[in-house]
Amino acid sequence: MKSIWYFVALILLVIGGLIFLTGIYHLFSPPEIETVLFEIHPNIWWGFLMIIFGSIMYFKTRNRIA
Amino acid sequence: MQTIGLQIIDWIIILIYFGFVLGIGFYLRKFTTSEEDFFLAGRKNSSWVAGLAFLSANLGALELLGMTGNTFKYGMYVAHFYWIGAIPAMVFLGIYMMPFYYSSKIKSIPGYLKLRFDEKTRVLNGIAFAIMTLLVSGINCYAMALVLHTFLGWNWDISMWASALTVMAYVTLSGLMSAIFTEIIQFFLIWFGLFLVSIMGIIEIGSLDQILTRLPDSMNTLWSTSSDPTQNGMLIHWAGIVLGLGFVLSFGYWTTDFLVVQRAFSAKNLRAARMTPILASFFKMALPFIVILAGLIAIALSSDPNSGFKLLEDGGKINYDSALPLLIARYYPTGLIGLGVTALLAGFMAGQAGNISAFNTVWTYDIYKSVLNKNASDNHLLWMGRASTIVGVIISLGTAYWAKSFPSIMDYMQAIFSWVNAPLFATMLLGMFIWWITPNGAFWGLVVGMLSSFGMWLAVKFNWINESIITMSTVQSDMAANFWRAWWAWLICFILTIAISFFTLKKPKEELVGLVKGLADEKYDSHLIFIKRPEFFAIIATIVLIVLNILFW
Repeated sequence: MKSIWYFVALILLVIGGLIFLTGIYHLFSPPEIETVLFEIHPNIWWGFLMIIFGSIMYFKTRNRIA
Repeated sequence: MQTIGLQIIDWIIILIYFGFVLGIGFYLRKFTTSEEDFFLAGRKNSSWVAGLAFLSANLGALELLGMTGNTFKYGMYVAHFYWIGAIPAMVFLGIYMMPFYYSSKIKSIPGYLKLRFDEKTRVLNGIAFAIMTLLVSGINCYAMALVLHTFLGWNWDISMWASALTVMAYVTLSGLMSAIFTEIIQFFLIWFGLFLVSIMGIIEIGSLDQILTRLPDSMNTLWSTSSDPTQNGMLIHWAGIVLGLGFVLSFGYWTTDFLVVQRAFSAKNLRAARMTPILASFFKMALPFIVILAGLIAIALSSDPNSGFKLLEDGGKINYDSALPLLIARYYPTGLIGLGVTALLAGFMAGQAGNISAFNTVWTYDIYKSVLNKNASDNHLLWMGRASTIVGVIISLGTAYWAKSFPSIMDYMQAIFSWVNAPLFATMLLGMFIWWITPNGAFWGLVVGMLSSFGMWLAVKFNWINESIITMSTVQSDMAANFWRAWWAWLICFILTIAISFFTLKKPKEELVGLVKGLADEKYDSHLIFIKRPEFFAIIATIVLIVLNILFW
């Protein structure tokens, strides 16, 4: 059975990647209605943080068996 | 009621989460072949897995919407739920109580009552706990519906049924194992999904100090206004916090509530089981930096007319539980808002799954096998666990509608805990530490303790008595009443159990070996060096707790 940490890594990577890419898209094509503090582009740096965290977990747990 | 539009990418993120938890349920089903797998996740988890699940089982609607909403209502005093109202009890569980629970190889808390006292005490607690879990499960359903209603404009009925059916599917497939897996995923999603609210709030307002400066004096400290109930947001004296919340409600919940303790039972050995609540205590202490801070940010923004921030209202009454969803909507652009909604949904579904997995265990072992079918086979019990999951989810849907009638989620929760957990903690404490407490003393003490707590709640609700008799204060709040009611119920149960035990038949000492302090070998983990023992981590947790209280005094 795969370790739980492997599944955590996967979901953080997938969701973090989607958020990061959305942020990049909005950098060049801003939405019509902007949220408060949109100018600091939280989805880019927060999505990137999730990718980093997910990647570390993925590479540490991909071969681990629970 | 306003609704917030989700973009396609937000929907994809939400659907990925739903697909993930259902997929995990199907994946784990092939590893769920025995009743021990289904009810105790095979007893093979590390202290990290069990510890995060221990914390996350409690991290449902109560922690998210309820605590943020209550911070808006009561101020920083709500942080007491995370610090004095949790940490001492979690440390006590790990150091003193877990050895008795884990070493006796019980499958549930009522199972301990059967070994320590007798069958009738077990069945009484089993029934009370089963009812309580269904009520609490209902509140998760209600909170889920609130989020879907607020964000997506769905109606209440569809929202509740959608969440309940998903939980039903994955808990039925692989029981506690899938509940624990989804709880840990939820833990990470909540931190990544909601901590950003606090960060963005601090960036917008300027600093933590500026947030605190904007709050009324009654709301921006932990203890300094607690000697006069009229001077703090919760309208409570420090004695009520210490005795009601810090002692009775907290110890009653964290040391006897099978929902959380079940996660420690899934640990692979005694050290891992003892470390489970102690590890969880560190993460528990960090949670106010999500939920309490978000509530304080909501107050600070509301006090500034130029911020445009205002809580929702239902029929002229402020909806405190809308604070967190509205902050998410304020700060999160497309993509992140999908993550924020997913974090909330994950919290609610894991909270509901936690209650349902505890319910199916107690129903199957402590009611069905104990009373209705004593000779049931392992396979039959596994089937019963799955069937009771389905029935439990359906019943909890009904309780969700009742939860809607309460002014805020936490008031509802604390009322329920004060009925069941507060007196049970007196029974457990006496049973575990005094050998001559008798089965009849425990049973009747528990019966009268629970009835007295429920009776006090009814009497105040229908104005038969004035609340000030219970709270010993001229100012009233639901939360203060919950704390004090818990204290009185505990005291009644405690005194009555001792009194009856003087006159009724005691169990022989030899039947209590390993179940009562002083009657067993109690040198746990003595082969380990000190810095690897649970006691060392318990000391660190206590020091952090003291520092936090002094910092925000």
